[in-house]
Amino acid sequence: MTVKDIFDTMDYGPAPESAAEALAWLVDMGDRFGHFIDGKFTAPGETFASKNPATGEVLAHISQATQADVDAAVRAARKAQAKWAKDAHARARALYAIARLLQKHSRLFAVLETLDNGKPIRESRDIDIPLAQRHFYYHAGMAQLMDAELPGREALGVCGQIIPWNFPLLMLAWKVAPALAMGNTVVLKPAEYTSLTALLFADICRQAGLPKGVVNIVTGFGDTGAAVMGHPIAAKVAFTGSTEVGKVIMRSIAGTEKKMTMELGGKAATRSEFGDFAADGTHNFVTIGCKTNNYTATTE
Amino acid sequence: METKAISPSAVTTTAHLPQLHLPRNEGMELDLDWVASVQANTSAIERRAATLPGRRSVKKEYQAAWLLKAISLIDLTTLSGDDTEGRVNRLCAKARQPVAPALLSKLGMSGLTVGAVCVYHDMVPAALRALEGTNIPVAAVSTGFPAGLSPYHLRIQEIRESVAAGAKEIDIVISRRHVLTQNWQALYDEMREMREACGDAHVKAILATGELGTLRNVARASLICMMAGADFIKTSTGKEPINATLPVSLTMIRAIRDYETRTGFKIGYKPAGGISKAKDSLVYLSMMKDELGNRWLQPDLFRFGASSLLGDIERQLEHYVTGAYSAQWRHAMG
Repeated sequence: MTVKDIFDTMDYGPAPESAAEALAWLVDMGDRFGHFIDGKFTAPGETFASKNPATGEVLAHISQATQADVDAAVRAARKAQAKWAKDAHARARALYAIARLLQKHSRLFAVLETLDNGKPIRESRDIDIPLAQRHFYYHAGMAQLMDAELPGREALGVCGQIIPWNFPLLMLAWKVAPALAMGNTVVLKPAEYTSLTALLFADICRQAGLPKGVVNIVTGFGDTGAAVMGHPIAAKVAFTGSTEVGKVIMRSIAGTEKKMTMELGGKAATRSEFGDFAADGTHNFVTIGCKTNNYTATTE
Repeated sequence: METKAISPSAVTTTAHLPQLHLPRNEGMELDLDWVASVQANTSAIERRAATLPGRRSVKKEYQAAWLLKAISLIDLTTLSGDDTEGRVNRLCAKARQPVAPALLSKLGMSGLTVGAVCVYHDMVPAALRALEGTNIPVAAVSTGFPAGLSPYHLRIQEIRESVAAGAKEIDIVISRRHVLTQNWQALYDEMREMREACGDAHVKAILATGELGTLRNVARASLICMMAGADFIKTSTGKEPINATLPVSLTMIRAIRDYETRTGFKIGYKPAGGISKAKDSLVYLSMMKDELGNRWLQPDLFRFGASSLLGDIERQLEHYVTGAYSAQWRHAMG
């Protein structure tokens, strides 16, 4: 298309974000990932492919965590927890450093998220990643203020966490940032389709000087998730995903001392019930409500 | 050695692509029920407007082409108390050749001109002389611009004189007080008479949206001007404290859409005042494309009322061609 042709057609044309930085990071990491346990990446085990859903292209190979991997992760988290819970100021400093690094590498995170999840770059770049940064800044503040604002509260211990594929890094931030701020340590399993930004986050934790064992990330499928949720050392489990799996998890921990948070459900019908609301506006909001994130937003 | 001199008129006769002439808006009876039913959801419109600049990006050769398109849609304007014939001549020279020929040929384009030249009545003869041999129309602002508060018969007479002097387009200002007091009949009658006074010259109705108070008033005033036969609706004189904004633009172009749905007539839109950056022009173009379609990206249905915009677009085009930015003063505006 020449400039003259476009002058007549007035098409938008392609406007891609460069994927170079994100692909370079994957190459630097060897395109094969182990788990992030006790402050370092383990050697890759039995791997599966993580694909770009837009093209089917394989982005990287990631490891399926075994029961032994989950054990190692939970033990590392347990070992790190007491010291982590002791110094609120140190936690604030570490969370702040993470937030700064998320901000510094926001383009890398956004492009990697879009490559891995398939969501439009406008949503990852303008919504998911900036919000994830805000969560870490906010919880850095909460860590600093915990003694003053939440007297008598204390950490639970090790938190096992499972997040879905619709907002990968943002879900991680929602679960990891508050847990860390209050002095817990975490073992997180991202969705098998979208583990790459969680692994990049692990890399950021190393750069931020987070004490080893405070954040542990294990990748894999449902059985890995079941091992995280059912681990006897985990004091708290948090799960976002389908109602069916949520029920299975709740049955498995019934009768134990574990605390839990479940965010379950799927799409709810969106209805418009605003009498004389101008039609354009209503339609606009309903469309946003239904279609944001390619129809994958969970509305309760 | 022979060099072929290209006379300005030879270049500019190819300026305007053959255009289908749309049927001119005939207007309709004042329909107060329709006017009363018009709503504008301010929160929704503001929210939409706030996300528009990040929604579409036009890059590289596409951006260059879009910026050239923006130039072809500019009503290059000078409306100052100190306007002289010399300034109008400079402006018209710029209108004939808005981009340096060397730059334009590197972009593979030729014969580009702006959409129109917009001046005060007294400057119409000067502009016509300076634009002789081109297809660039001269637009005159009229009806006691910018306040619209001179004696009514003089305002109507002013239109007739500008048309007689050769202006092909007339930008009229409405009486804001009719909108603020909800006197829709008076607004309709005024606009009707002004349209008639214009004869064959196209009429652009300036709403002065910065002085209308609410977006609902903007929507209703837009509709009434269209009912009364306006060919274009235009945001502002450029003299109000608040001129063209994205929320006001959304409100007005959605009124244009409704009017077309109901009557079949396509009405033009002209945002004016405050659009001075190349990036702003791209946002407006994508908004027109998304809300009304490609048809509204032609000079018979969309214009920018601007003067300094052209200089910034030239800088961006120069950057596209050479990879380096030039200083603003290298793109003097007449």
